[in-house]
Amino acid sequence: MEAFLQHLLNGLLLGGTYALLGIGLTLIFGLMNVVNFAHGEFYTLGAYLTFAAASLLRVNFVLAIAVAILGGSLLGALCERVLLRPLRGESIDTTMLVMIGLWIATQNGELLAWGGVAKSIPHPFPTAPIVIGPVSVAPLRLFVLAAVLVLIAGSHVLIHRTRLGVAMRATFQDRETAALMGIDVGGIHTLTFAFGSGLAAAAGALLGPIFLVYPSMGDLAALKAFSVVILGGLGNFAGATLGGVILGIAEELGAGYVSSGYRDAVGFVIIILVLLVRPSGLFARAGRVG
Amino acid sequence: MQHGVARRSAIVLLAGLLLTTPFWLPNPYHLHILIMAGIFSILALSLNLLLGYTGLLSLGHAAFFGIGAYTSALLALKAEWPFVAGFVAAVMLAGGSGYAIGRLALRLRGAYFVLVTISFAGVASLVSVNWMELTNGPLGLPGIPAAEVAGFVFRTKRAVYYLVLAVAGLAYLVCRRLVRSRMGRAFVALRENEALAASVGVDGARHLGLATVISAGMAGGAGSLYAHYTRFVSPEVFLFSYTVTMVIMVVAGGKGTLAGPIVGAVIFTILPEALREATSWQWQMLLYGVLLILTLLFLPRGIVPALTAWRDRR
Repeated sequence: MEAFLQHLLNGLLLGGTYALLGIGLTLIFGLMNVVNFAHGEFYTLGAYLTFAAASLLRVNFVLAIAVAILGGSLLGALCERVLLRPLRGESIDTTMLVMIGLWIATQNGELLAWGGVAKSIPHPFPTAPIVIGPVSVAPLRLFVLAAVLVLIAGSHVLIHRTRLGVAMRATFQDRETAALMGIDVGGIHTLTFAFGSGLAAAAGALLGPIFLVYPSMGDLAALKAFSVVILGGLGNFAGATLGGVILGIAEELGAGYVSSGYRDAVGFVIIILVLLVRPSGLFARAGRVG
Repeated sequence: MQHGVARRSAIVLLAGLLLTTPFWLPNPYHLHILIMAGIFSILALSLNLLLGYTGLLSLGHAAFFGIGAYTSALLALKAEWPFVAGFVAAVMLAGGSGYAIGRLALRLRGAYFVLVTISFAGVASLVSVNWMELTNGPLGLPGIPAAEVAGFVFRTKRAVYYLVLAVAGLAYLVCRRLVRSRMGRAFVALRENEALAASVGVDGARHLGLATVISAGMAGGAGSLYAHYTRFVSPEVFLFSYTVTMVIMVVAGGKGTLAGPIVGAVIFTILPEALREATSWQWQMLLYGVLLILTLLFLPRGIVPALTAWRDRR
């Protein structure tokens, strides 16, 4: 029972960052209809930027994470401008292949820039775990959970409560009408992609100090983000949040009770099962898909 | 008429060149590159059948390749099956898993089909690493015997070259026969407008399922050849970079054309080898990514259609 509670807690902590990845991708894939296989690269970038700022430039840890999020957003905006804007109106397959190209190019660029050896990000928190009843948790992980909650709440407010969020949702529901209402549609595209990429970078910046940072860390992250988005339903913000937590807990339980070798298979199995049984996602209301 | 003669003499010339290559290019390293180009041609042809003709992108093609390689290797090592039987079994098992994926993914198009295939490949790769008793895990399976057909052992590079050439030629002919048949036209119709195709009586489920089976089977055959040529398989055959390489070959060469995948396979097998001296593997992969983006932005239909258009303009 104690082991079960511990797995549950670890899963929740892991799931929070998956939720960040998923929310970012649900904006890009669900709303913008870009099958962004480079999503994981923004996650990797976030981790490396944190490493560079915290370890090489000796910037304050929290500030380093902010730098990573900003860097990820800026690069996302650049990608949208340079790669996706010329391809608007092309088929979804073409943009997908371009994003695959970007994925391979950036990953190997990172391999060249940083080398293949995994890096660890220094953090100011004590390593001794805090014991709460039957479970224990590292202070760093608690900080990560708090940061994740703040970011998710912030994203929620931005998308659902601000004029910008309304403009975002309007643009992807009906481009022409949105443009007629005076919305800068091109700018919204850039902003949405930047926002989604920034969230991926945030996930990388927050998980980087817990695990290790290496160039191919984004591969699994991208696939997990896809399984979260599919689990939650395309473009469904709350679904992505819940989906992330479910994936995190399912992985921890799978690794704990089945086999740790198959931990990363959980996300794949979720993709296959959900797409077969309930392609609109677990939390979609009937009739909203399509 | 003159066009036809020129075409026929070009084909004869090309066939002559391919058949005599080992005699004027005896360097084993060069032959090795050509053998790999042949194996990748089969893979690119098989991917093109799906991506180019039916419009379904499989990002799990390395899985069919890997399943073929492991089937052939395990049957040869543990059950001592002869090569031909192992090859057929590899094609059947890869085709069978293609059938399963095709059936499962029948209702899924576009990005969803991609995600199911990529997940399937992910699971297959994890199984090859973790099922130690069967696959020997990350250590792989060494000591696979060389291919043998009717008592002749394909031990030298020259012999393997002819074997791969024969199988690649067969794969090409199968593809050509298929895409020029009623079925191939049905594939294209489904790619262009599935609802319209269905309205004139094209059974989408049946045709797309069949395309997946044939494509996966061909990739499995390539895996079997690879296993018996390199004499060693490890979970690396499931690497995503294999799938990426195939996609780049098809897209750059010209998807939806018969010659495109082969042109792409030859270019993108020789190019990395030519660059090997000058650059590291990371630079090559970086270049691959950039080339893929540039091709899609500036030559969206690929090399072969661009060349054809250029010839027709003259």
